[in-house]
Amino acid sequence: MTVLASPRSTAAVPTKQALNVTFAGLGRSFGSGSDRRTVLRDINFEVSAGEVLAILGPSGCGKSTLLRAAAGLDALNAGSVLIDGIEVHGINERCAVAFQEPRLLPWHTLQANVAIGLPKASSASEGKTKVAELLHLVELDAFAKHRPREVSGGMAQRASLARALARNPGVLILDEPFGALDALTRIKMQDLLLDIHRAQPTTVLLVTHDVDEALQLADRIIVLGSDADLPGATITEVLTVPGQRPRSRNSADLGRMRSSLLTSLGVTGH
Amino acid sequence: MTGVGNPYVDEKSVSGVDTAGGSTVATAGPAQPPPSRGGPAHGWSHTGLLQRSWVRLLLGLILPGLILTLWQLNSVIGPFSAVQVPPPAAVFNAAVELIQRGELWTHIGISTQRVLLGFTFGATLGLTIGSLVGLSRIADALLAPTIGALRAVPSLAWVPLLILWMKIGEDSKVTLILIGAFFPVFTTVYLALRHVDRNLVEAGRAFGLNGFKLLTTVQLPAVIPSVFSGLRLGLAQAWLFLVAAELIASSLGLGYLLTDSQYNGRVDRIFLAIILLAVIGKSTDALLGVAEKWAVRRWT
Ligand SMILES: Nc1ncnc2c1ncn2[C@@H]1O[C@H](COP(=O)(O)OP(=O)(O)OP(=O)(O)O)[C@@H](O)[C@H]1O
Ligand SMILES: [Mg+2]
Repeated sequence: MTVLASPRSTAAVPTKQALNVTFAGLGRSFGSGSDRRTVLRDINFEVSAGEVLAILGPSGCGKSTLLRAAAGLDALNAGSVLIDGIEVHGINERCAVAFQEPRLLPWHTLQANVAIGLPKASSASEGKTKVAELLHLVELDAFAKHRPREVSGGMAQRASLARALARNPGVLILDEPFGALDALTRIKMQDLLLDIHRAQPTTVLLVTHDVDEALQLADRIIVLGSDADLPGATITEVLTVPGQRPRSRNSADLGRMRSSLLTSLGVTGH
Repeated sequence: MTGVGNPYVDEKSVSGVDTAGGSTVATAGPAQPPPSRGGPAHGWSHTGLLQRSWVRLLLGLILPGLILTLWQLNSVIGPFSAVQVPPPAAVFNAAVELIQRGELWTHIGISTQRVLLGFTFGATLGLTIGSLVGLSRIADALLAPTIGALRAVPSLAWVPLLILWMKIGEDSKVTLILIGAFFPVFTTVYLALRHVDRNLVEAGRAFGLNGFKLLTTVQLPAVIPSVFSGLRLGLAQAWLFLVAAELIASSLGLGYLLTDSQYNGRVDRIFLAIILLAVIGKSTDALLGVAEKWAVRRWT
């Protein structure tokens, strides 16, 4: 059974302002006995309110696991996550997640799926307006009444993003949200995310495998990786990305950071 | 519960009716049609033709037609005597005779009534207990082993006990059919709930659904197609148990018609009863099959 959120975090008013997130000595391992495998260890990091943090790392290093911990979807073995100074215990109204897979309910239309993200307090008419707005934002107005299996993977991913945005979250948790999109739509959606962030500041934790995307969107980038001698991944690098957004995609500064990031991710020759 | 307010959830009943009416509202517009289901995997190129329902109906009638022809031929030249295999006309006459004596409808009526009653009770119990055991770990640990053991008891083993307890009335027969219908429904509901996509449940939880609301929003809709296939299996099993119940102790019904005709040497009536069981069983199954198809389209 899930642990209920602590009394202070269940305030009925949906959070409109961005919240800071603190990872304090976070560690997670799976399995028991000799099968025990440490995935994350000693994650210490502070994300300030309104910041966009990109999380990079090789596949399987624990990026999704870190996000699940922040969303309160996972139990930790060590340490804790604090949002706005309050420890995360179980699901929490202040976060919204767009998962790595769209995870839409197949028996609902896209608009009904997006509506699932609405905060509990919202009225039906408010809700409808908001959903219509969001579907317009992710360019799915024409498909509002379609079911997930009737739209493409990228469209489903966009609907999933809209569902997370519907929450008006203090912390927006995005797990490779643009991974399934073609290059053009991806750039559009990145710009869209920046617009939303500008209009309604929220803290964004963004997992991506795309170094350029991280450089375009993030204030800071953390890289997860492992040392040879200790099991499990931890933060191996923290970068502050210079310059105001939107950033030019071919500045020299970013180019240098790009090569250094690729090198620390184990890709050479770029 | 209403405070959560998904303003679109009401529409499910509306669009459900659309699909049930066979209209194509859901697929109109720019999207591609839903992927075809159940297409043959053998690379046969007649897929389009085979999806027409009248073509399928005709193809399905080929074998019965062939059997009927051979049967008729048998009465003229065939290897079996009329005592072993009476000609089709004799079976037809047996039916006419029973109708004239007003017995046939009584047999069919009482058998159908028993099946429907037993199936309704059994399916309801199966749905309820299956949901309980599928959703609650405690109920699972407490009940699943016992139910599994009871399921292992062959159907006929219940008969002496039921007759002893409830005499040879309707109750004992309906109860036996109830037992037959219960297990397939229970098992499918239970397993389906156990295997609801974890990712969907987690997504539901992440957006603040829990308890009853999570159940009605994610878990139950996800198992609806399986529930229908469970009901179909349960209904088939109900007909099976009906004959078991009526063969043993009854004075009415299609099973009774079978035993009675055996004692009187009326092979024509035995044939009639078997054909009736096949036709009625298949018809009720087809009705549920339509419902199942609709449910799969609507809920996946
Ligand atoms: N519930 C679980 N039980 C056991 N192991 C798990 C579980 N969840 C995750 N893991 C393990 O944790 C590791 C990290 O998984 P995670 O999904 O966080 O990776 P990731 O960095 O998001 O990878 P990708 O970039 O491919 O999405 C994997 O090796 C996985 O096997
Ligand atoms: Mg991942």
